[in-house]
Amino acid sequence: MTGVVARVVLNRGDFTLDIEVAVAPGEVVAVLGPNGAGKSSLLRALCGLAAIDQGQIVIGDVVVDDPARDVFVDPAHRRIGFVFQDYRLFPHLSVLDNVAFGPRSAGASGGKARDQARVWIDRFGLTDLAGRRPGEISGGQAQRVALARALAAQPHALLLDEPLAALDIATRQDVRAELRSHLRSFQGPTILVTHDPLDALVLADRVVVLESGRVTQAGTTAQIAQRPATSYVAQVMGLNLLRGQASAGLIALDDGGELHAPDHLLAGPALVAVRPTAISLHAHKPEGSARNVWAGHVTGVQPIGDRVRVTVSGAPSVVVDVTAGAVVELGLVAGSEVWLSTKATELEVYPG
Amino acid sequence: MNKRGRSRSTPPWPVAIPAIIALAFLVLPVLGLLIRAPWGRLIELLTSRTSLDALRLSLVTALSATVISIAIGLPLAWLLARAEFPGRRFARALVTVPLVLPPVVGGIALLLAFGRRGMVGQYLDSCCGITLPFSTPGVVVAETFVAMPFLIITVEGALRGLDTRLEDAAATLGASKSAVFRRVTLPLIGPSLIAGGVLTFARALGEFGATITFAGNLPGVTQTLPLAVYMGLEGDPDQAIALSLVLLLVSIAVLVGLRDRWLRTGVAS
Repeated sequence: MTGVVARVVLNRGDFTLDIEVAVAPGEVVAVLGPNGAGKSSLLRALCGLAAIDQGQIVIGDVVVDDPARDVFVDPAHRRIGFVFQDYRLFPHLSVLDNVAFGPRSAGASGGKARDQARVWIDRFGLTDLAGRRPGEISGGQAQRVALARALAAQPHALLLDEPLAALDIATRQDVRAELRSHLRSFQGPTILVTHDPLDALVLADRVVVLESGRVTQAGTTAQIAQRPATSYVAQVMGLNLLRGQASAGLIALDDGGELHAPDHLLAGPALVAVRPTAISLHAHKPEGSARNVWAGHVTGVQPIGDRVRVTVSGAPSVVVDVTAGAVVELGLVAGSEVWLSTKATELEVYPG
Repeated sequence: MNKRGRSRSTPPWPVAIPAIIALAFLVLPVLGLLIRAPWGRLIELLTSRTSLDALRLSLVTALSATVISIAIGLPLAWLLARAEFPGRRFARALVTVPLVLPPVVGGIALLLAFGRRGMVGQYLDSCCGITLPFSTPGVVVAETFVAMPFLIITVEGALRGLDTRLEDAAATLGASKSAVFRRVTLPLIGPSLIAGGVLTFARALGEFGATITFAGNLPGVTQTLPLAVYMGLEGDPDQAIALSLVLLLVSIAVLVGLRDRWLRTGVAS
């Protein structure tokens, strides 16, 4: 098997999706993007529920869609497992028969298909639910059934559309960990689309960022998390992203201000990523070892979990995470004048 | 009980009185039928030659009309609900014509189309020697004409309301188009198909106007239950009432059956 190699171009009115993806067998690639970026359209095209306008889709060694050569294989013959966001379990069939649907469609007799389904049912810990209808199980269980049903059809590739979006936050964490182990054991290529960066980081080996139908960044999860290329990625990763020109260890920022880089290696257009926790706030100009010090005024104070996110306008403008104690101590409210500092070594500087 | 609670549940008399009249108006005739029924002679009346012939004929023709309606009406319902073709909306409107058309007019229209000299009928007669009017198959044709719209409309509505995303899911699991229809679409519209079939059967069983116009009133050949009831009123009113009871029983059975179906879909959705 050679995995999935695809260039998908879809024209939908004034929206155009244009993306290239290549996923090796055993690899999990996450397509991360905001709502309306074209993620679901990509999956529909890959599995054959929509025909592409340009490009080519190759699954294994088979060309399944190529408008230039007038090739189109319908979904039933592509052997692509699809786990839908809303699961789409058949309401008139038991959990067992839902899972047996794939083997049955492949030509197995009723009894044989059920035997094959039972293997998956057991592996996914669904043995006790086998006789239930989809309406009688929880969301997390339905997610497992949907995955078992897709895998029981022995697909050559697996697609997951927002696999955890339909679950409440409490179950999401458990199911995410469980899903990770199931995806690890699948031998074929897997593509999952999500708008939740945590899904991408936990479940995937590589991430492709899709914004408004275009790929804006692609790389390993570590690269994406450390060095976001767009403000969207920085935002979902919870990072400050600053753009500027680097020369001789100093970065002149496009929106004003300058920062000392950790080294002198880079010259030319550069991006700087800073974690909100790596910036300190002070009431007076600090006399410390931090090389980057600048002034600003607070425009917003908002609690996030056990921390407080402070939005500071200055050169540069950043968000800073501090403890609730610091907010009280510094008397931070909107309009407060503050000093900011961060060490050069806390900056992630890379070509932009 | 407080006064406000009572005043809310007790309807004012300008509403209550006409409502009671309406209910009585609907119930009294049925009650009269039950009171006037010749209960003592019921078995004897229902097992008479005329009754048995009419019962058997009605059962056979109404069932045939139902089967034919499913065989050709289901594909039409599917096309109307799913396919894109020019004139689809017009076709859907045409389907409902027999519902509002007076059955006698339907009978005359059938004669003009399938009569011995009719548009289609003359060729049926000359090429295959098939004559529909005044024959048992003619009864089936008349009943199908009048009753099939019930099946088409019920099933089409179910197909439109059906979630096509489930059919998409079935396709990704490797099911061919026919397998998707057989194993997903059909089971999901099953309750509606049954309901449509029951309505069609009930309508076919009660068919009078188109039948007597197109197929005539020959005992044992085209004289169905409603026709036998009508004829009985002239000669033996007790027989007419006895046969009416049978039709009443079927109507009640249909009501009960459909209510059961509504309950079940209520749970499923």
